[in-house]
Amino acid sequence: MSSAIPLRLYVNGDRYEIAVEPRRTLADALREDCGLTGTHLGCEHGVCGACTVLVDGQPVRSCLMFAVQAEDTSVRTVEGLAPDEERLHPVQQAFWENHGLQCGFCTPGFLVLIAGYLEEHPDAEEAELREVLSSNLCRCTGYQNILTSTMCAARAMRGEP
Amino acid sequence: MKPSPFEYVRPRDLAEALAAIAQDPDDSKILAGGQSLIPMMNFRLARPARLVDVNRVPGLAGLAADGDRVRVGTLTRHHAMERTPLPGPLGDLLRRAAAHVGHLPIRTRGTFGGSIAHCDAASEWCLVARLLDAEMTVRSQARGTRVIPAADFFQAVFTTAMAPDEILTSIALPALDEHYRTGIAEFARRAGDFAIVAATAAVRVEDGLVTEARICLGGVAEVPLRSAAAERVLLGARWSPELVTAAAEAAAADCDPPGDAHGDPAYRRDLVRALIPRALGLDVRR
Amino acid sequence: MTGAEPPTWTGRALPRLEDPAIVRGWGRYVGDIAARDQSCLHARFVRSAVAAGRLISVTAPPGVTLFTAADLAEVKPIRAVLNRPDFVAVDTPILATGMVRFVGEPVGLVIAASEAEAEDALELVDVEIEPLPAVVSAEQALAPGAPLVHAVDYPGDPNTVVDGRIHTEGFDAAFARADRIVEIQVSSARQSAMPLEARAAHAAYDRASGRSTLHVTTQMPHLIRTGIAHSLGLREDDLRVVAPDVGGGFGAKMALAREDVALVWASRRLRRAIAWLETREENFLAAWHSREQVYDITGAFTADGELLALRGDLVCDVGAYSCYPVTWGVEPLMAMAELPGAYRVREYSVRSRAIVTNKCPIAPYRGVSRPVQVLAMERLFDVAAAELGLDRVAIRARNLITQFPHRSPSGLVLDEASHLETLRAATERADLADFRDRQERARAQGRYLGLGIACFAERTGYGTPAFAARSRPIQLGREPAPLITPGYERAVLTMDPSGALTLRIGASPHGQGLRTTLAQLVCDELGLEPGAVRVIASDTDATPYGWGSFASRAMVIAGGASLLAARELAARLRVLAAARLGGLPDDIELAGGQAVRAGEETGVSLATLARDTYLNAHLIPDKGEPALEAVGRYDPSGTFANACHVAEVEVDPLTGQVSVTRFLVAEDAGRLINPAIVDGQIHGGVAQGVANALYEELIYDERGVLVTTSLMDYLPPTIAEMPGIDIVHLDTRSAESITGAKGVGEGGTIGAPAAIANAVSDALAPFGVGVFHLPATPHRVRTAVRTGADIRRTEKGTAS
Repeated sequence: MSSAIPLRLYVNGDRYEIAVEPRRTLADALREDCGLTGTHLGCEHGVCGACTVLVDGQPVRSCLMFAVQAEDTSVRTVEGLAPDEERLHPVQQAFWENHGLQCGFCTPGFLVLIAGYLEEHPDAEEAELREVLSSNLCRCTGYQNILTSTMCAARAMRGEP
Repeated sequence: MKPSPFEYVRPRDLAEALAAIAQDPDDSKILAGGQSLIPMMNFRLARPARLVDVNRVPGLAGLAADGDRVRVGTLTRHHAMERTPLPGPLGDLLRRAAAHVGHLPIRTRGTFGGSIAHCDAASEWCLVARLLDAEMTVRSQARGTRVIPAADFFQAVFTTAMAPDEILTSIALPALDEHYRTGIAEFARRAGDFAIVAATAAVRVEDGLVTEARICLGGVAEVPLRSAAAERVLLGARWSPELVTAAAEAAAADCDPPGDAHGDPAYRRDLVRALIPRALGLDVRR
Repeated sequence: MTGAEPPTWTGRALPRLEDPAIVRGWGRYVGDIAARDQSCLHARFVRSAVAAGRLISVTAPPGVTLFTAADLAEVKPIRAVLNRPDFVAVDTPILATGMVRFVGEPVGLVIAASEAEAEDALELVDVEIEPLPAVVSAEQALAPGAPLVHAVDYPGDPNTVVDGRIHTEGFDAAFARADRIVEIQVSSARQSAMPLEARAAHAAYDRASGRSTLHVTTQMPHLIRTGIAHSLGLREDDLRVVAPDVGGGFGAKMALAREDVALVWASRRLRRAIAWLETREENFLAAWHSREQVYDITGAFTADGELLALRGDLVCDVGAYSCYPVTWGVEPLMAMAELPGAYRVREYSVRSRAIVTNKCPIAPYRGVSRPVQVLAMERLFDVAAAELGLDRVAIRARNLITQFPHRSPSGLVLDEASHLETLRAATERADLADFRDRQERARAQGRYLGLGIACFAERTGYGTPAFAARSRPIQLGREPAPLITPGYERAVLTMDPSGALTLRIGASPHGQGLRTTLAQLVCDELGLEPGAVRVIASDTDATPYGWGSFASRAMVIAGGASLLAARELAARLRVLAAARLGGLPDDIELAGGQAVRAGEETGVSLATLARDTYLNAHLIPDKGEPALEAVGRYDPSGTFANACHVAEVEVDPLTGQVSVTRFLVAEDAGRLINPAIVDGQIHGGVAQGVANALYEELIYDERGVLVTTSLMDYLPPTIAEMPGIDIVHLDTRSAESITGAKGVGEGGTIGAPAAIANAVSDALAPFGVGVFHLPATPHRVRTAVRTGADIRRTEKGTAS
């Protein structure tokens, strides 16, 4: 057994002082050591995308990164998308309004993926967004309303009606 | 789906990294992007006793011109390759190949050198390296620097010519002049999946004649396969769609692909026939 | 419906009440409960690596907490039995004892402080198995001298555990009268429902009360409790089962897992909380498969396309054990009863069998047998149309059921539906003439387009009468185990002293938005807003006994029960209001949170009525109960939804790639309680149908080892593989559903595979080949183009 080593993580603007074994993935550290269970694990081999988080603004599979590698980075999870408990992030709002989720298990991964992408590429068009969305798996929605929600969020983030 | 325990080392520079791996080369693994290694560790198919994380070693990322070559740092992320402003047929090829690598969240982490050192027969970067006869620069604490040509580098599935104590530091690719036509075509079951068969091409055509022909195939052998048969058909011939079709036929006839759940050898040969023209931008249907 | 009706919440595409928490990451799935329980232990199951063998020993070095079958000697096996003479019953031990029968079968349980340490411990366990010959296909199982998967008496053929037959009286005569006999074989590969959340459970034990609490990702918490309590010899009261947020089910979470029984046992034994979070690999190996079926179908047609008689020989490879509660009869018996589907089949001769093999057991998966049934019928009509020189829409129109109620040859009664109308709506929207033009132009350019049609009836919302008639009671375990007959749902609606509503239901949603749709139904009866209704589900401590959410039943049955409860509560509120306001209860209108006498401006708030009912009981006018509570029970015999799907595809003949370019659904699910949710069910169902048709396949090798154990081998489609889906709704009301709604959970998956198989066959017509086995993978399509041979099943499940 290797033993736990101290680690400082910055997640959603908060500092977490935790101790983890090197083999702890970022996903498990977020869920179990930081109590941020919005990041889900669907496959643990990097295909489904339910565990997608932003590390320094870039989407990554948190099951394919060790927590120790995230030291001194800025991590953002689904819990960090909304500005406060009153308002939702435009992507969250769009998913709600357009029935972009059913069981909700894949949803955090999609929300983080899209929010991260649209914040960097506000002018992204449908074909480009479809390609980004193809990163993650959803088993419930057939993706139709995920695409609708994404397009709607993109318009909202550009300030269009 | 949790990895076996390991010791984690995060060197601050290349010398530290080389020293770290030299301590126990057989049970250590270099951790670059980790997008192939960590899934294998999660399945416990790989169980290194120690990981040497080179992600924070400076000077290992980026593209730079180096005479008539382009040197790609081993830690250059796929996502950076996808956005490289490198001009000409080489830049086109790199951008198009990068777009085939997994999905965006894989491309933000995965690295060019990591992919080449991992040596998967369907990997886009292994194909490109073999296609262009790239030169791999590797270093070890004990023996310093050596350069391995692509023809020698890729040896078998997940097996390269690198010794366990060596780190791949950069990959040199030839700059291609404007007479080259380059491209990549893949067939995968779903968007972003590993290709069942992939074809890459770099063909130099001047005054209507093929003056150099490089065709490299993935998914048809243990390692990326240069199709000597296709290249022979092309070289010195007059460029035409029919010539490319003939080259594809020759490549398909000449290769001896494996069979698995995704396709038997005959199917893989069919894909070779279909994909070589598409790699060269021809929309061949029948 | 006229525009004069007052606006209702029912019928609106109301954004779901469930979603604000989920989109914030505040959902609570079983794994989240485990992650937040820092003190809980973690379990991993030791699983057989061989398909068939004698289990010699399961041992671990000191320091590893390992339980084996010997430790669970007092635990009763699961025994899911139908009372039919052809049914062969076997025990499913909680952990294998004596024999192992499939790769992935649990043979031991290790417990450790964390998941990682449990996996470390797993590697130290030594499993000794003496391998025996395995049967890995139905053909092998039925071959003379085949090894027996279970050493029991088979009343008929070996390894045959259900052998159902129907032969109508006039069949032989009708068959002899036919102008044309059309014979086809269709088949489907094994598939996994693959909810994105794999199985998961967290068992806790309370020393003070002696009770266990199991949080488990399930579609049927009450039935899970009944099953576990029986196995462990507990009173049901000793066990609380809670399904928190459930990350998709699709049928795969409506079976009792051996692992869940073992987990509760271990938790009680160790007096500790223990979590089991299944890995994706285990989920593929051991969490129920489905749909490995082969149908030989013969249609007896007149020259003008009337189907006089239908014969079928249906074989379902059901794996190694019978799943509780629906048993290993679920696939063959549904196929036998419902094969004719939307079509008028007067004479019918069918044999339908469940064959055991050394593979993972089957359980229901969205649609159960119907995707293959519809594939069979729809391929039959396309092939018959081609052979008879008839138009494929016309031959369907000639045979679709148009008179209701319709009695099927298996005795089902089909209620009001709109088969002809949905066929018309879908084919008009698809514009077949325009498609033919596009297809011809494309062929001239070397591009191959195809269009396919599929019509089906979807039996939904069936209660106790249907289960009693169809399967006879299900016996849970050896005598004196209880017989069970699923069906009814109950809903308990309570208005608390503040006037807020709580609806407690026995159904158990897992992503369908049932909390929203039930709130819509209830609040309309009471003149409140949906936000005023809190729906409590999926907790055996807090909800009335119910059967859960499966078989497209929740909206019909739990919806009906909720509506009845709401009507009863509304009636009580009218009585209370009339006593205050004067007039008769019938004169009281409930709106805007007020009870108002007709024609008057002001009335009394429901909150006041509620407060006084509980807190000033002496004011209750009729000395009634000092409570506002109503119980609704609904137990219908079932209602058939129906639909027509049209798929357009393009096939790349060089690579065999099939792209679904367009998908149309004309659906009649009766009244839409929440149209957005209905559309969402259809979208998701079609996606799983596309997956069934083109992508997903569980593959075993010749030794019975599953080779598709990751998402790199088993291929759910991404958005890039999905077409846009265009939906047309029809609305046929049935007396069999008091809400007017018909079930819609499975239809998308039922029709899409057949529509796509027909479309690919249409595209491949110039090559003279058709699709008779799914999935039609690129390899299979390309091979068909190259060889000129149809896509058909070959033994061992691989297809040429």
